[in-house]
Amino acid sequence: MAFGSFVVMRNLDFSIRKGEVFVIMGGSGCGKSTLLKHLIGLIEPAQGEIFYGERNFTQAQADVRAEILRGVGVLYQTGALWSSMTLEENVALALEQYTDLAATEIREIAALKLSLVGLGGFEDYYPSEISGGMQKRAGLARAMALDPSILCIDEPSAGLDPISSKRLDDLILELCDSLGTTFVVVTHELQSIFDIASDSVFLDAVSRTMIARGNPKELRDHSDDPRVRQFLNRQPDMGGRAAS
Amino acid sequence: MAADVDRIGIAQTAEGTLVLRLAGPWVLGETIPAPETVERALAERPQAQRLAFDTKALGEWDTTVITFLKRVSKVAESKGLQQDRTGLPHGIQKLLGLAEAVPVKEDARRGGVEGGFLHRVGLATVEASTGIGETLAFIGESTVTLGRAFTGKMAYRRTDLALLLQQSGVDALPIVTLVNFLLGLILAFVGAVQLQQFGAEIYVANLVGIAMVRDMSALMTGIIMAGRSGAAFAAEIGSMNSNQELDALQTTGISPMEFLVLPRVWALVVMMPLLVLYANLVGILGGLVVGLGMLDLSWTAYWQQTTDAVSMTHLVSGLVKGLVYGLLVAVAGCMRGMQAGRSALAVGAAATSAVVTGIVWIIVACGVFQFMSFVLGI
Repeated sequence: MAFGSFVVMRNLDFSIRKGEVFVIMGGSGCGKSTLLKHLIGLIEPAQGEIFYGERNFTQAQADVRAEILRGVGVLYQTGALWSSMTLEENVALALEQYTDLAATEIREIAALKLSLVGLGGFEDYYPSEISGGMQKRAGLARAMALDPSILCIDEPSAGLDPISSKRLDDLILELCDSLGTTFVVVTHELQSIFDIASDSVFLDAVSRTMIARGNPKELRDHSDDPRVRQFLNRQPDMGGRAAS
Repeated sequence: MAADVDRIGIAQTAEGTLVLRLAGPWVLGETIPAPETVERALAERPQAQRLAFDTKALGEWDTTVITFLKRVSKVAESKGLQQDRTGLPHGIQKLLGLAEAVPVKEDARRGGVEGGFLHRVGLATVEASTGIGETLAFIGESTVTLGRAFTGKMAYRRTDLALLLQQSGVDALPIVTLVNFLLGLILAFVGAVQLQQFGAEIYVANLVGIAMVRDMSALMTGIIMAGRSGAAFAAEIGSMNSNQELDALQTTGISPMEFLVLPRVWALVVMMPLLVLYANLVGILGGLVVGLGMLDLSWTAYWQQTTDAVSMTHLVSGLVKGLVYGLLVAVAGCMRGMQAGRSALAVGAAATSAVVTGIVWIIVACGVFQFMSFVLGI
């Protein structure tokens, strides 16, 4: 991953298993969101390839990419809801574009998706009329519109109170369990990481590469790398020395 | 697409339990069966007291099946039927539970616009009067701020003002040149065709000179600035409003009127007369091109005729109009930006509204100036 000659991350090599909650973690500014943008094709990798199953996403033609991305839902950090549309219209747009369902059915599905995230009754509201936490949940409902097999979530806890954050984490686990959805979550919220992640990758801004891979709880207790243990045990840097 | 009859079936057990059988694939894209099938079955078996589910033959599923089951659930509730969901797969049970966990906020729902024509007229009137009130409040506040600018220290940064002066003035020169040159050219063409019939071609210089210097330069430059700077002011301040930057200014103790509105008003009030002066010359140059190329006039004769025709009163009148139009455009742009809502849509609407308001105000002001000139005999 690079911007011009500036290398953000190098030597990233990992795979994500179907139906698991995979967390991309690391300190602020290490390139977590940039990696997510690479995974969903918003930024092209400077080198290397990204695969969805057996399909090479990086080398794929635009129509193949679009087809792959139809199976991927994305929840952006700020919700990124379309402000000119109501919540129902936000969820319904993808259904209108990619299915032949009748308008009433689309409305019902949109209402269901909103009720799954606890926003039943708010179908006619515009994003500017609801709180930040509600926007985030509505963003998740939109990301789930086409029942994607993969859901990418950028900083689910950012801007949410602890209870809303916990509810969102529970929702992720429920959806993973009931629908078998694979989640790729970018976060540095430790509580959230320990609650939801079954696998993870740890990015380090200094060495500009991934320095750990595995279950976060195991990494916290048994990682060989002091930087990983320091991060996952929430230990501040003491006089420039990494905790060991 | 599987037929409904293959996907749902209903049977009744001896204990008065209705069993809804789901079969085949239930994935997005498949039509969701209407709940009438269940309603009909219930009507035929009024003694039924429980609704159970059989999903042994259920194929691939996603939230489509949840949508259908919610429909069925609504029917069952209306008939007072108990639901036994143990026959549903674990995932479906969990999702149904999730969808029903937070009760739908019925009081949050909105109805359509009530009332007829009179209701709508009433709403529009209230909206218009609120808009007039807000406009007057903004003009009042900006006047007070402008008054304070002469007596005390203002919060705006000089670098911002310098940048705004450049953006509103120097950067606007290409479009001001093009439009006013063509305007002078057009006026001269129209005049030449008529005046040639009387052998009075030289009076094209009078027509172009007086029209440009007295009114047209200020009017056209004002309209250009409404579309250019007015829209930019509204979009910029509107975006700041949606990002809570105005709130941040206020809580820092800095008045947005002083920090944002005042420098923009200053910039246009200062630059507009200068742009009008420049536009006068460019417009006269446009007329001169027609005079030289089409009417065979010498440039000295054209220039002499122009300077004889255009008086200092015309020049001052044009510059004052330019200053007033600049003030109106800046106030309209800033006002619409400050009034903008907190969404991308609202910012776009604010920019559009700023241009429309600016142009309307300019045209009204132009009418007032013409009436005053007539009364004063200028």
